[in-house]
Amino acid sequence: MSTEHSAAHDSASHGSVSSYVTGFILAVILTVAAFGVAFSHALSPSGTLMAITVLAVIQVLVHLHYFLHMSVSPEKRWDNQVFIFTGLFVFILIVGTIFIMVNTSTNMMSR
Amino acid sequence: MAHDTTLTDAHGHDDHHHESPVVFGFWVYLMTDCIIFGTLFAVFAVLHDQFAGGPTGKELFEIGGLAAETALLLVSSITYGFGMIAAHKQEVNKVIMWLGVTFLLGAGFLGLEINEFRHLIADGAGPDRSAFLSAFFTLVSTHGLHVSFGLLWIVTLMVQLSGTTEIPERMMNKLTCLSLFWHFLDIVWICVFTFVYLASMM
Repeated sequence: MSTEHSAAHDSASHGSVSSYVTGFILAVILTVAAFGVAFSHALSPSGTLMAITVLAVIQVLVHLHYFLHMSVSPEKRWDNQVFIFTGLFVFILIVGTIFIMVNTSTNMMSR
Repeated sequence: MAHDTTLTDAHGHDDHHHESPVVFGFWVYLMTDCIIFGTLFAVFAVLHDQFAGGPTGKELFEIGGLAAETALLLVSSITYGFGMIAAHKQEVNKVIMWLGVTFLLGAGFLGLEINEFRHLIADGAGPDRSAFLSAFFTLVSTHGLHVSFGLLWIVTLMVQLSGTTEIPERMMNKLTCLSLFWHFLDIVWICVFTFVYLASMM
């Protein structure tokens, strides 16, 4: 029963050849763009950092959607809740760490 | 006894409309792994300019090796995806073939990374040279260690699949968990090549 079921399962929740290829092509374009922006020196250093950050965020979203099959379907509700909590946690962790350590080094005049 | 069977049946039926609890549990593990990597990225962000008079990322990193590593890992993501599609169609031999291809690509990535580390250490830019290099080696080798365990896992599943003709639900869960693990490692690598390599090299 389970065998028949999984064989006939809706391809949207597991991905199809075309969805994997679409995700792959988007990932290649975004990767090449990031390398191009970083090595063309067309933008200022802070502009380059901003651009490759945006490209990385988009590529992470592409991977989450096409390769890890994340979606807003009710079936995935628990996965999404854990994901959002983790995302918030990691954001506070990284931004908080940088904020505190930059302030510390400025006030301690260590750099 | 009859009562028990009814309960199990009702539960089994319910499970068909929801994700397996095994896969959800593995997803929670991956999220905790995400926090480990988040911590290591935070450490790298703080220490990325503490060179202690030693070499900088711009002097050390090479675009050729980085591009090759990135390409290998990205291609291995799609080959694993094709393996999952074959698994849903119960094509065991195709699954083993795609797992084999994914293994070779992952091993290629690991080989390039070990080679890079070997050169860095031989040139006196080991993890003990500066805070920047300590943070670099900790972050990148933690990712590399994850890839190594992923490779071990791929081989394990290839052995377990060999000689079988169909993929039961239990095996499907294992393949799905490894799929999440492998694609998650590619996502971590996106952050590594962006914030560690490209940001240091530009």
